[in-house]
Amino acid sequence: MTTRSPEAPEAPGTPGGRAAGEPVLSVRGLSVRFRMRTGGDVAAVTDATFDVWPGECLALIGESGCGKSVLASALLGLLPANARTVGQALLAGPGGGPGDGLDLLAADERTLARTVRGRRIGLVPQSPAAHLTPVRTVRSQLHETLRELTGVWKAGIGKAGTGKAGSRKSGSRKAGLREAGEAAAARAAFPADHLDRHPHELSGGLAQRAATALALVGDAPLLLADEPTTGLDRDLVDRTADELRRHADAGHALLMITHDLAAAERIADRVAVMYAGRIVEIADATTFFGTRGPRHPYARGLLDALPERAFTPIPGMPPELGDLPPGCAFAARCPKATDACGTVPSPADGVACHHAEEDRTCSN
Amino acid sequence: MLELSRITAGYERRAPVVRDVSLSVAAGEAVGLLGPSGCGKSTLARVAALLHRPYSGTVVIDGSPAHGWRHRAPREQRTAFGVVFQQPRLSADPRMRLADLIAEPLRATGRREEAGGRVDELARRVGLSAELLRRRPHEVSDGQLQRACLARALVLRPRWLICDEMTAMLDASTTAALVAVVEEYREETGAGLLTVGHDRTLLGRWCDRTVRWEDLAGAAVTPTAD
Ligand code: SF4
Repeated sequence: MTTRSPEAPEAPGTPGGRAAGEPVLSVRGLSVRFRMRTGGDVAAVTDATFDVWPGECLALIGESGCGKSVLASALLGLLPANARTVGQALLAGPGGGPGDGLDLLAADERTLARTVRGRRIGLVPQSPAAHLTPVRTVRSQLHETLRELTGVWKAGIGKAGTGKAGSRKSGSRKAGLREAGEAAAARAAFPADHLDRHPHELSGGLAQRAATALALVGDAPLLLADEPTTGLDRDLVDRTADELRRHADAGHALLMITHDLAAAERIADRVAVMYAGRIVEIADATTFFGTRGPRHPYARGLLDALPERAFTPIPGMPPELGDLPPGCAFAARCPKATDACGTVPSPADGVACHHAEEDRTCSN
Repeated sequence: MLELSRITAGYERRAPVVRDVSLSVAAGEAVGLLGPSGCGKSTLARVAALLHRPYSGTVVIDGSPAHGWRHRAPREQRTAFGVVFQQPRLSADPRMRLADLIAEPLRATGRREEAGGRVDELARRVGLSAELLRRRPHEVSDGQLQRACLARALVLRPRWLICDEMTAMLDASTTAALVAVVEEYREETGAGLLTVGHDRTLLGRWCDRTVRWEDLAGAAVTPTAD
């Protein structure tokens, strides 16, 4: 990867310091609508725009139902048939050059299945227990994924009795596969002596590592972690988050979708806050969680709800995505709302709010 | 006072997940039980709420020892408890509208006629609109369904609340909102609380006293894979 020259101007919203080269993922104006059988549309994602850079962790935070999981599904081409998307989600090519980039929203299922999922985007799933095949050992699942993604050991499958030379060759192939499987496990800190266990014989933490090992097999430049810490204990949350951080430090771009603010604070370089289908703030994580705090009233309310802070809830509940009010979707719950909020605020300097907290990053 | 003495419980007699554990909660007290997932703390909470029969040990509720569990528990003991679990979808009948879900314990105890007023009052407390009350579980979010489950737990005005990882799936704001509802109820009624969880900061902020699972007698020998 190349290093940014000191005089090159930073694009808006680029992470200071860590970023190098081109963004791995560039999302521009992404919207997702679901057409309901009852008529009417559900505006699950509206006009999302952000980049994820190599070596950085961007945490996309928001409560359940805010649209963040739909956004992830859109990037992976896993939306149901009644969904319509607009916008662009450009995934940089293997060489990082603009020429071989791929628009994930325009790509067909065959391309996504064969070249994107697992290869160019590694998915760290929400519930590893559900993601792992229950009847097979971790080793056998790693082997299968290795065969599928690397193709190297393909010829060894299901071809018994090809003569002495053949079996010797398949023997060394087997050994190679075994070695590659163990290396993949080690990358996710999955202990080699647990490889022959079935998923139900693993603790929550080890199941998460097994799923992460599978996600890393393809050495994808972009890792997408969907609520990777849900249901884990705090210690395990910290360990899982730290492991994901290591993969970002190793040069992967990491997009972590989460409602766990503590996990985001622990490892994110930048934070994108989603409310009612829109990204309402994108900020540097240190600023966001630090004394300056978020600039959007919703994000401020979310942090104030934490038990280590004021522990006061935001009044009310988010609006239905199928029945959004005109204007700012947060207005009914917002302490700063005025008449101006009857129109949807457009994002400026990373915040979409008519009365955002002042951006003091320049003045001090 | 809720007194659990020398409880051994689990799902396999030879490998109980709770071994010889004792814990008391004073009237009106809020006790947090902190431990990793799978350690047996949820099983202990179920024993306390008379939902799971222990292999040995005693449970004494406000001076009367428990003799039966689940449907064998006498009604006045069973209804002394309101219980909220981690996963609202597993504990809510998918066919019921939220209003019926909240009123269900009243129906089950033959107090159907109280349902109307009580459901409205609780819905207001937990922040569910009349429109949401008409929906079924699959038509609402996890947070909205958990609000309904909390209202259901309060509908019989229990003297004891047992919350088993009530907020583990929820965002920060919904967590703070539900804890506030529990605390408001306790302030009015003097109900005691046993809340089980893995978030140190949350339990520390919420409870009068936090007990660590590994400090309970016998708990330390429980094998955990983590
Ligand atoms: S635009 Fe208005 S209502 Fe919306 S968050 Fe900002 S101040 Fe509040």
